[in-house]
Amino acid sequence: MLWHLQIDPAPGRVDRSGRQAAADAAELGLTGPWTVAASRGFLVEGDLTLDDLDRAARTVLADPLVETYAIRSSREQVDGAGTLVHVLPKPGVTDPEAESALTLLRDLGFAVSGVRTIRSYRIEGPAATLPRLISRILANDAVEQAVVGALPFDRIGQGHPYTFRRVETLIRGLDDSALMVLSKQGQLYLSLDEMRTIQAHFEEQGREPTDAELETIAQTWSEHCSHKTLRGRVEFEGEVIDNLLKNTIFKATTDLNLDWLVSVFSDNAGVVRFDDDFDVCFKVETHNHPSAIDPYGGANTGLGGVIRDALGTGLGSKPICNTDVFCVAPPDYPTDQLPTGVLHPRRVLKGVVAGVRDYGNRMGIPTVNGALVVDPGYLANPLVFCGTVGVIPRGMSSKSVHPGDRIVALGGRTGRDGIHGATFSSAELTGESESLSGGAVQIGNAITEKMVLDVIIQARDQGLFRGITDCGAGGFSSAVGEMGAETGAVVDLENAPLKYEGLSYTEIWISEAQERMVLAVPPEKWPALKALCDSELVEATDLGEFVDTGRLILRYHGAIVGDLSMHFLHEGRPKVVRKASFTPPVERPVDLVAKDDFTPDLLAILGLWDVASKEWIVRQYDHEVQARTVIKPLVGAMDDGPGDASVVLPVRGSMRGLAISCGINPRYGRLDPYAMASCVIDEAIRNCVAVGADPARIAILDNFCWGNCERPETLGALVLAAQACHDLALAYGTPFISGKDSLNNEYTHEGASLSIPPTLLISAIGQVPDVRKCVTMDLKEPGNIVFLAGMTRLELGGSHWMISQGRDEGRAPQVDPTLGKALFFTIHEAINRGLLRSCHDLSEGGLAVAIAEMAMAGCLGLDASLRDVPCDDESAHDVALLFSESPSRFLLEVKPEHVRELIDLFGELPIGRIGEVMGADAARLVVRGLGGDPTIDAPLSDLKSAWQAPLRW
Amino acid sequence: MATPRALVLRAPGTNCNEETAAAWELAGASVETRRLGEILERPEALDAYQILTFPGGFSYGDDLGAGRIFATRLGTVLSDALRRFHDRGGLLLGICNGFQILVKAGLLPGLASAASLTHNASGRFESRWVRLLPTPGLTPFLTDSDPIELPVAHGEGNYVAADASSGRVVLRYADASDRPTETYPANPNGSKDAIAGLCDATGRIFGLMPHPERHVDPLHHPRWTRNGPKAEGDGLRIFKNAVAAIR
Repeated sequence: MLWHLQIDPAPGRVDRSGRQAAADAAELGLTGPWTVAASRGFLVEGDLTLDDLDRAARTVLADPLVETYAIRSSREQVDGAGTLVHVLPKPGVTDPEAESALTLLRDLGFAVSGVRTIRSYRIEGPAATLPRLISRILANDAVEQAVVGALPFDRIGQGHPYTFRRVETLIRGLDDSALMVLSKQGQLYLSLDEMRTIQAHFEEQGREPTDAELETIAQTWSEHCSHKTLRGRVEFEGEVIDNLLKNTIFKATTDLNLDWLVSVFSDNAGVVRFDDDFDVCFKVETHNHPSAIDPYGGANTGLGGVIRDALGTGLGSKPICNTDVFCVAPPDYPTDQLPTGVLHPRRVLKGVVAGVRDYGNRMGIPTVNGALVVDPGYLANPLVFCGTVGVIPRGMSSKSVHPGDRIVALGGRTGRDGIHGATFSSAELTGESESLSGGAVQIGNAITEKMVLDVIIQARDQGLFRGITDCGAGGFSSAVGEMGAETGAVVDLENAPLKYEGLSYTEIWISEAQERMVLAVPPEKWPALKALCDSELVEATDLGEFVDTGRLILRYHGAIVGDLSMHFLHEGRPKVVRKASFTPPVERPVDLVAKDDFTPDLLAILGLWDVASKEWIVRQYDHEVQARTVIKPLVGAMDDGPGDASVVLPVRGSMRGLAISCGINPRYGRLDPYAMASCVIDEAIRNCVAVGADPARIAILDNFCWGNCERPETLGALVLAAQACHDLALAYGTPFISGKDSLNNEYTHEGASLSIPPTLLISAIGQVPDVRKCVTMDLKEPGNIVFLAGMTRLELGGSHWMISQGRDEGRAPQVDPTLGKALFFTIHEAINRGLLRSCHDLSEGGLAVAIAEMAMAGCLGLDASLRDVPCDDESAHDVALLFSESPSRFLLEVKPEHVRELIDLFGELPIGRIGEVMGADAARLVVRGLGGDPTIDAPLSDLKSAWQAPLRW
Repeated sequence: MATPRALVLRAPGTNCNEETAAAWELAGASVETRRLGEILERPEALDAYQILTFPGGFSYGDDLGAGRIFATRLGTVLSDALRRFHDRGGLLLGICNGFQILVKAGLLPGLASAASLTHNASGRFESRWVRLLPTPGLTPFLTDSDPIELPVAHGEGNYVAADASSGRVVLRYADASDRPTETYPANPNGSKDAIAGLCDATGRIFGLMPHPERHVDPLHHPRWTRNGPKAEGDGLRIFKNAVAAIR
């Protein structure tokens, strides 16, 4: 029997989901009016009576105090106003709440065989627009099915038995065009050169590959797993660069040769020394393509994946905080101009925020830092970056695999979710991606991962395993393939626990089902590990053995379904050779408008998405769980000012802290990729320094998100950015410790191509010697003096002032690393001496925005003047001094009695007195121009409402 | 004098157990953390403790409603053992998800009185600092009336009771003038009567939505860089009061 339990808000209680759906429809411009009544519910299958289910509903499934419920057989017709629409997860899609319900109901003695969650809507509105309401708001076709009218089900379909058949793919003798058809239709996404190499390999072997072998090679050779473009050969301006990554970013780290680096570019995350007892690691990942198709699931599993990276670093680190950065198109983008298959940016943003929220909060890991970048270039390719910082006891930052070790899978079960994630994320999105690759989207179950985390930290401390990695892109194929690269492995695929029957051996091998780790376990430790896992209710399975044969052998019930040389798998890929070139856009001279009043300009910039308050996002994240967060993401008198970086305490009882920050700015990237990379490195570092991190102990991570690098101009921009990374890391003494790239962020539809702007995210992790010296950005006391440190130049190219004016003149800001470095160290010394009451970095919107933010956060007025801003001759105009985005600049608030000491400390470095903090009774921002009259004059309340309006959702 | 023994009980999805244990330690208790499963198998293990804590988190993923599954498992096996624990003077503290568990298990506001903690009026998970007014004298956890500041982080904190007079309200959300408030955001979830925390008739069962374990150090406060660090975190008092009561 299949029952439908429908649960509604009790009379008198607000139907929030229904209202939200109607509001979302109005926001997206779906002409109404709409009346939507929403219900939640469950499909429950089993030998239970209506009375049984009624008891279950009353006691556990519904909350009778605030909800009512109805039970009927699944196919029963229900009368009512409007159209009835049901939305439920597609078969095979992870449904965590249903899993919980099933387990609990069984434990309570109910005869239940299956449970599925379901949402039902009663909709009144224009019939012609209803399908768009369903597809744009109610259901996501990638993971959910919508049923209009009565439910057509009488059972919950969950797979059919699998009949084993060894599948070989014909590759020998294929001509070039046939090879490419195989690459594309098999969703291998390999190049002709690569396909030919595989063909030659199997011709040598005198046999055809099995499907599992071909998939393994495709996963391992994918851009996502092997970073073949960045590690390939690039011809750029007559120069041949062999392995771009190694010769730029990695080289700077090697040349710096710092004694506090523990493990860089070799493990799942970069590891640095923290104190005498602990190391810390940091990794930032992208999850762009899945998030484009299913924002919630994509961001959810993006964060889940990077947490597993931290968990799989060394012998396992304990995650202590997360970061998230989103790049989306304007949330007010006209709905009728959306290309086919593209989700509305507002829906994307809401979805990715909810995805990070639900995973991070459930894991009990505070999300402490992030950014939002809004640009039309991200319409079809939103970017989602998630990062995790972990703590590892010293001496546990390396791992090994010995022949004879058991291959143990630990955590979630394997299902059909996420098949082809690695290869798909390396392909371009097309109008058909949603239907073609729906299976590539995974849904996470954070509680499963939390249980895995708990068990791994205990197992690590008890020494129960020797090596560990996470199952990410490529699933077991990548995890086992990587761990056993130096040894060899034999895997018995039928041992993998499955979510439901019907998976082929290849599906088991490449599934990207979430929340799984692979461990190398000495045989004598296996019983203890198994017992520990049992006690923590975590499934652990012996999948096979690491061997010393150098071969990767896959078996299914004894039959060999794969036998690959590890050497061929990891070293056999032909080097990618790409041409790169770069033609800088023609610089348009800046028209330095002279205006008396720049207040409207400032208000306009405060209301741009990138600058506007992110409180709506930040407050949905738990940023204080674990009780480590001593500088919050939101600071100031009302807890709503935009902090430069958060600070956490990795070790309970110690006052040594970690500052976490980031820098990103694709607008500069369009003008000058070298300048862009320099600027975002500078920004990430100065954010860290502004709160109190030691500039000599900051490590950074790179995440390149680029368009199609087969186009020489696109790759040329990447080369320049990578060269800037090298130069700046070296000049600042700030090493890169890890990174990840995501290329091919393009969307093709009907011949037209849309590429993202070159986007480099730099994430920084800086060590704070004593958090009691930390400084926040909010103005503190009336009577204090405010200084501007650093040089202002005429650098309005890509600036927020240009965007707000709808203009695109000027050059991108350039970093002067000698000056920048001196400023960082001097600011740090000033913080150490306790000279600064507040400190804030200048970024988007320049001086005007930074000074407004400090005043708003402190709820204190400020009387300022541009007269003494340190600047060059070219920039001595109000508009440039106010809005130029020159890097390496800070605003400092100092008590009058400390002014002398600060000036002495700065010596020859550029610093100028800007103004004085006024009382709360004079809650205005006044900035006098070079002529002496106010060029900005506004009450703080006006500034704040302009700044808070855009994301007051 | 003997050191009070506190137990922190965790289940899959519990995630505030470490800082809660640290808070008990700081307050002078000796603390152990154990899995719910262990206690379900051996309920008499509770006899070794004087304080039982249900920490925050997302036990069982908040599936079927926050705290529901934990409470159901507790109720089916442990109701006798819990009553014994309570009758012999034991203290029970539920924080956030722990409060939700106490309410859904019927331990608060008290037997035979239905109550629930449901979705915030804002419809969103809310992470923010709140000001709270304690009512002293009704529970050993709260001994004075000075307002305290603690963070909340929850999506389901709106207290709803079938009988509004049931339970003893001992902690209320306050506005800037230290008056109880039902107005967002000072009241982050829309609870009627500004209810942030309750105790039972004996005062020995106390549940609250805000997180005292996240304000045991002066540097936990969001405005310490403005106003200077306090002598100690406000939340620590709640743990110290309980330890003092046992002693």
